[in-house]
Amino acid sequence: MASDAIAVNGNEKEPSYLEYTGKGRGLKSWITSTDHKRIGILYLCSLLLFFAVGVVFGFLMRLELIAPGRTIMDPQTYNQIFTLHGVIMIFLFVIPGIPAVFGNFFLPILIGAKDVAFPRINLLSWYLFVSGGLLAILSITLPGGSADTGWTFYVPYSVRSGTNVTYTLFAAFMLGFSSILTGLNFVTTVHRMRAPGMSWFKMPLSIWSLYATAWVQVLATPIIGITLLLVAVERWFGVGLFDPALGGDPVLYQHLFWIYSHPAVYIMILPAMGVVSEIIPVFARRTIFGYKFIAFSSIGIALFGSLVWAHHMFTAGMSDTGQFVFSILTFLVAIPSAIKVFNWTATLYKGSIELGPPLYYALGFIFLFSIGGLTGLFQGTLAVDIQVHDTSFVVAHFHYVMFGGTGFGIFAAMHYWFPKMFARMYNQKAAKVAFWFLFVGFNTLYFPMFIMGWLGMPRRYYDYLPEFHIYHFISTIGSWILITGLIIMFTNLIRSLRKGKILTEQNIWGGETLEWRVPTPPPHENFEHIPTITEGPYEYKQNEEPQLEEVK
Amino acid sequence: MFSGPSNFVESVDTAFWVVMVISVFFLVVITFSMVYFVIKYSRKKNPKAENIHGNVTLEVTWTVIPTILVLIMFWYGWVGYKQMTEAPEDSMVIDVTAQMWKWTFKYQNGVQADTLYVPLKKNVRLNLHSLDVNHAFFVPAFRVKKDVIPNRNNFVWFNISETGSYNIMCAEYCGLNHSNMYSKVIVIPEQNFNFWLENKSRLKSGSQTTTVKTDTVSN
Repeated sequence: MASDAIAVNGNEKEPSYLEYTGKGRGLKSWITSTDHKRIGILYLCSLLLFFAVGVVFGFLMRLELIAPGRTIMDPQTYNQIFTLHGVIMIFLFVIPGIPAVFGNFFLPILIGAKDVAFPRINLLSWYLFVSGGLLAILSITLPGGSADTGWTFYVPYSVRSGTNVTYTLFAAFMLGFSSILTGLNFVTTVHRMRAPGMSWFKMPLSIWSLYATAWVQVLATPIIGITLLLVAVERWFGVGLFDPALGGDPVLYQHLFWIYSHPAVYIMILPAMGVVSEIIPVFARRTIFGYKFIAFSSIGIALFGSLVWAHHMFTAGMSDTGQFVFSILTFLVAIPSAIKVFNWTATLYKGSIELGPPLYYALGFIFLFSIGGLTGLFQGTLAVDIQVHDTSFVVAHFHYVMFGGTGFGIFAAMHYWFPKMFARMYNQKAAKVAFWFLFVGFNTLYFPMFIMGWLGMPRRYYDYLPEFHIYHFISTIGSWILITGLIIMFTNLIRSLRKGKILTEQNIWGGETLEWRVPTPPPHENFEHIPTITEGPYEYKQNEEPQLEEVK
Repeated sequence: MFSGPSNFVESVDTAFWVVMVISVFFLVVITFSMVYFVIKYSRKKNPKAENIHGNVTLEVTWTVIPTILVLIMFWYGWVGYKQMTEAPEDSMVIDVTAQMWKWTFKYQNGVQADTLYVPLKKNVRLNLHSLDVNHAFFVPAFRVKKDVIPNRNNFVWFNISETGSYNIMCAEYCGLNHSNMYSKVIVIPEQNFNFWLENKSRLKSGSQTTTVKTDTVSN
C-alpha cells in the first residue's frame, strides 16, 4: 500500500513515541501526554490492573461455589463480589479493551493520521476512566460496603439496598462519559483525518468495526448515564420514577438499562471482530475474502444490535407483539455475525498459513465466539429462553462471547501488535503454551454452566442444590487452569518488555496495513510524510507474481 | 417426542433440540474447515497463497440459508411460547406472593401455605405478586418461569401429568438470601388434593398456624 510515499529515514532518526517525553519526565511525561500512542499505553496499564482485580474476584466466586454451602465467604460478601466482578469486567475491561487501548494506539496510524481529532479530550477520557475505576473499587472500603445489586442495578432492589450503590452508579456514569468521548473522537477522526486516497473501501476492516462501535458509543451511552443518575436521584429524594412503592415502574428501568446495555455488547464484540479481520489475512498471506460483506456486516450489527434490547426481558411480562418482534430481530442480528465467521474461514482457504501466536488467539476467538453466538440462538428462541433465562446458561453464553470472544480478541491484539508497540519480541512458544492453558481452562470453566443452566441452576446463587455439585466442581477446576494460562501469558509479555529480543524490522508479520510501514517503535508523529493511498489494505500482490518469493 | 411432568415440556424441548442440531452442525462445519485449512494450506505445504477477493454466490448462499434456518427456530420458539401466555378459562387460580425471601400460596377458599399443592391433570393458574423487590417464579421441571414484579400482574399456568414433588426457585436476584428462596410444588391426584384443601380449611378456622414447614429443599 503506497510504500513509495513513506520516506525511509536515513541518519536523522525521529524520536520514537517511547523516547519523546514532551514537557515532563518520567511518569509526568506519560500522564500529561496527548499523544494517542502514549494514551493507548496508559489505558493498557490501567486496564490490565483492573482486569487483574476482576480476575481475583472471579476466582474467589468460583472457589466459593466449589461445594454447596459456605466455603470461604458469607452470602453478603459473595453478592458484593459478583457485582464488582461484573462492573469491573464490563465497564473497565471489556468495553474499553480494544477501542481505548489498540484503537487509540493504532486507529490514527492505520488511516494515515498523526493523531486523533481531539487529543486533549482523549487524555480527559483516560482521566475519567481511571477516576471511575478507582471510585468503583474504593467503595469497598467505605462503611456499608460496595454495591450488592449485580451490575444491572435492577430497581427496586438497587433503591432499597443499604450498600454504597450510589458510588458504583457514579463510577459507571463517569466510565460512560469516558466511553462517549472516545467514540466521539473516533467518529470525527475516521471522517476527517484519513490519508489522501483512503476512500471508505480502502480502510482496513478494523477501522470499519471501530467506526461502527464509535457510533454506538456516542448514541447509546448517554442513555445509561442518565438512567443511572436517575437511580441515584431516586435513592436520595425518593422521586418515584422506578420504585413501585412510590408509583414508579421497575420495568421502565429495565428497558432504559438494556437500551444501552445490549448495544454495549456490540461495543464489546465489534472491535474484537476487527482485530480478527486484520490478523487472518496477514497470517494467511492473502486478500481477505468478502471485504465489503465484512465491512457492511459491522454496520449491520451496530444497527440491528440497537433494536433487540428487550430480549433481556422475555420473562418480565411484555405484550405478545413485543415478544414476537424482539425475538425475530434477535435472530436477524445473528446473520451478520455468521457472515463474518464464514468469510474469515474462507480467508484461510488457499492461503499460505503461518500459525503464529496471534493466529492461535484469533482462531480461538472464532471457535469460542461461534459457541457464544450459537447459544445466543437458544435464548432468542422464546420457548427455550423461558427455561434458560437467569440461569447459568446465560452466564456461560455471555462469557463465551465476552471473554472467549472479546477477551481472546484482546489477547490476539496484544500478541499481534506487541512487537510494534514495544520493539521487543516475546517468547512465541510460551505464548502458544499459554493459549492452550487458556483454551482448555476456559471451556472447562464455562461449558458445564450450559448444562446446569438448562437443568435449572439459577444465576447469582451463593448456594445450590446437591444435584448441581459436579458441574460447579468441574467449573472451579477450570478456573484454576484458566488462571494458570493467564499467568503464563502475562509473565511472558511483561518479561519480554525488558528481556525480549530487540526488534528493528518494520514489518515482522508481513502485514500490508500502514502500521507495518512506519518504524518500530512508531515515531512521535507516526509519519514523516503522510502517505497517499492507492490500493486496498490487503492486496498481497506477490501472490500474483509468478516465481517470486515473498517480498518484505 | 419429549415428555415430562408439564404440558410445556414437549414444545420447549423440541425447540431446544431443533436449535441444538442446527448449532452443532454449524459449529462442526466451521471448526472442521478451520482446522483442515490450517493444516492443508500451512506455509510449508503451500508457500504461495492465492488471492481470492470473494464470491457473491457464496455470500448470498450463506446469508439466505442461515436466515431461513433462524426463521424456523424463531417459529418453534414462538409456538412454544404462545401457549404459555394463554391460560384456559377453567383454570384453578392460586395467588402467589413473593417477598424477601419466601413464597406464600393462597387458595381461593382463603387457605394459605408455603408449599404449593396442586391437583394432577388440572389447569392451574398462578397470579404472581411481589411485596418488595423483583423475584422470578421458576420451576425448572415444568419449563415455567416468570418475573414477579411489584404492582404488575404477571401470571403463569400449567397442567401437570405426573405426581411428585418439584423445586420452586427464585430466578431474579433479590438480595441476601436469594439462593435460599426455595419452595416445592407437590402434585397429587385431585381427590387427595381436595381432601388436603378441606383439611387445611378446617384447620384454619381452628387455629392460626396453618403453614407447613418446608425447610428441606432437596429431593
